[in-house]
Amino acid sequence: MLSSSFAQDQAEEISLETLIERPKFMRRFWKATTTKIGVILLSFLILFSFVGPLIYRHSAITSHLLHTLQPPSARFPLGTDSLGHNVLAQMMVGGQSSLEVGFASAFCAMIIGVLYGMTSGIFGGWLDIIMMRIVDVILSIPTIFILLFLNVVFLPNLWIMILILASTSWLGVSRLVRAEVLAIKNQVYVEAANALGASTWRIMVRYMLPNFLGTVLVAATLGIADAILAIAGLSFLGLGLPPPTPNWGGMLSDSMSYMFQNAWWLIYPPGLAILIAEVSINLIGDGLRDAIETRHR
Amino acid sequence: MSEVLLEVKDLKKHFPIRRGFLRRRAGAVRAVDGISLQVMAGETLGVVGESGCGKSTMGRSILRLVEPTSGSLKFQNRDVMAMNKSELRAARREMQIVFQDPYASLNPRYTVAQTLSEPMEIHGLHDSAARRKRVESILDRVGLDPSYSRRFPHEFSGGQRQRIGIARALILNPKLMILDEPVAALDVSVQSQVINLLEDLQQDFNLTYIFVAHDLSVVKHISNRVLVMYLGRMAELASSYDLFSNPLHPYTRALLSAVPVPNPRAKRERIILQGDLPSPANPPSGCVFHTRCPLAQDICTQKVPEWREADANHFVACHLA
Repeated sequence: MLSSSFAQDQAEEISLETLIERPKFMRRFWKATTTKIGVILLSFLILFSFVGPLIYRHSAITSHLLHTLQPPSARFPLGTDSLGHNVLAQMMVGGQSSLEVGFASAFCAMIIGVLYGMTSGIFGGWLDIIMMRIVDVILSIPTIFILLFLNVVFLPNLWIMILILASTSWLGVSRLVRAEVLAIKNQVYVEAANALGASTWRIMVRYMLPNFLGTVLVAATLGIADAILAIAGLSFLGLGLPPPTPNWGGMLSDSMSYMFQNAWWLIYPPGLAILIAEVSINLIGDGLRDAIETRHR
Repeated sequence: MSEVLLEVKDLKKHFPIRRGFLRRRAGAVRAVDGISLQVMAGETLGVVGESGCGKSTMGRSILRLVEPTSGSLKFQNRDVMAMNKSELRAARREMQIVFQDPYASLNPRYTVAQTLSEPMEIHGLHDSAARRKRVESILDRVGLDPSYSRRFPHEFSGGQRQRIGIARALILNPKLMILDEPVAALDVSVQSQVINLLEDLQQDFNLTYIFVAHDLSVVKHISNRVLVMYLGRMAELASSYDLFSNPLHPYTRALLSAVPVPNPRAKRERIILQGDLPSPANPPSGCVFHTRCPLAQDICTQKVPEWREADANHFVACHLA
């Protein structure tokens, strides 16, 4: 059904720009001070993690065995941990894996959730009932339990970790999408498209998707924060990504043992980084929601 | 008025009522329950009845927008009920619908140009330059400035939106248009403009209308023939003149007596119907109207009145008429 001219039109008309009418959308998005703070903080974290190592060229995994548990000094701006790792360098590299996993798993969750929720909502009937009961069942199991289980069964590398996190976070997205699809399905303009002879595929891509993409985008943004927190939590429990690749959650976990030796430089940096990531992404998510959802409502 | 464009035979649409965990069928709402009629090319058939009598469902069933439960539909001697998906899509070029609510019937995220070129894209007509031209000419034809094509629906008034809805239905050059209360949501002054537009378009494009409405004065003005429906069934069908001057069915009389007359001295008798419309899930026995009919007799509760020609081209379903 997907003729080439249709695909082309689609590329022209369903691009994000027309969806959210870029100039107006950007203005509304940028209006709130909180959004600005969020964008600035997140940009800072991204620059710190990905550009930082290019400027501050120190290995994160070299052990300086003569300098363990050093407080911040000129040589080690954030000190060293019990194995003599440079904490600043570790923070940068750790940020890479935390952010990568967060963004990628939220993206995967969005794709799976949209496809699943749309199928369920459009076809309806028995299929819908079965698909949604599956979601209910998975949601009824505590998330941390599923994550721990999968983490133990599949020894995760970065990619498997992303899929493991996505495996629990698509559920909410699929419910959201299904609800939106059901609401749009009964709109008169969809009936009008039917009367004009539009195919189910066309209605899905051109009527449904643009209408709920905004809502899904907001959910996915907030999902990034959840994923970062989840990977931090798993690492804190000693699972998550295997060493030696550092990540913020793991660093926090390792530093716990030295809390009573007053090794504050091991605790505050990763803790603050996670906090800043959470706050900034949530602020951006809120800003997106405000900008998108005022439209036509 | 010459050939038959659309022939409907014993059209029924029953919506199942499902109950319980296993969604067992517990009954059905008989929204449309046995409609048979012919629509001639070029005429306007008015369909009236109170809310919930199934007139909109009938219109949608004719297009198979809701799948009819049973009955036969012939459009230009082609069997619509036997069409598969792609045949039906092709056939929909020739039969279109204008919806009641101009606010809900346009996609809020499409510009007017997108809304209007969509039908041509679906059917693969014209290249994009020709589509744009066609959009502009059709906008002009329904009385809107072609420069409006870049705007979004929320920038228009109800009347303007309804014109866009009409343009969308018209752009494929259909033969039959189902107008589902096209003016019910509009101001009175705008109503008359849209009605006049519809009449002009009918002339110019040789359209056939099925005009669904509950406003009798509008129906009287625009229709050649009028069908009165009650609880999913046909009560009376006659030419507009005959129906309004000599209504035979007691329900039609009650409806007509409710039309305001612009003369304070005119003596008229108002027939006020008792009670509410019975549930179409559980329609009364015999004549479905007997529960509210001022003339009801024993026979009405027992026997379903047959559909008969009481006068030349004046059909009625009533034992007493």
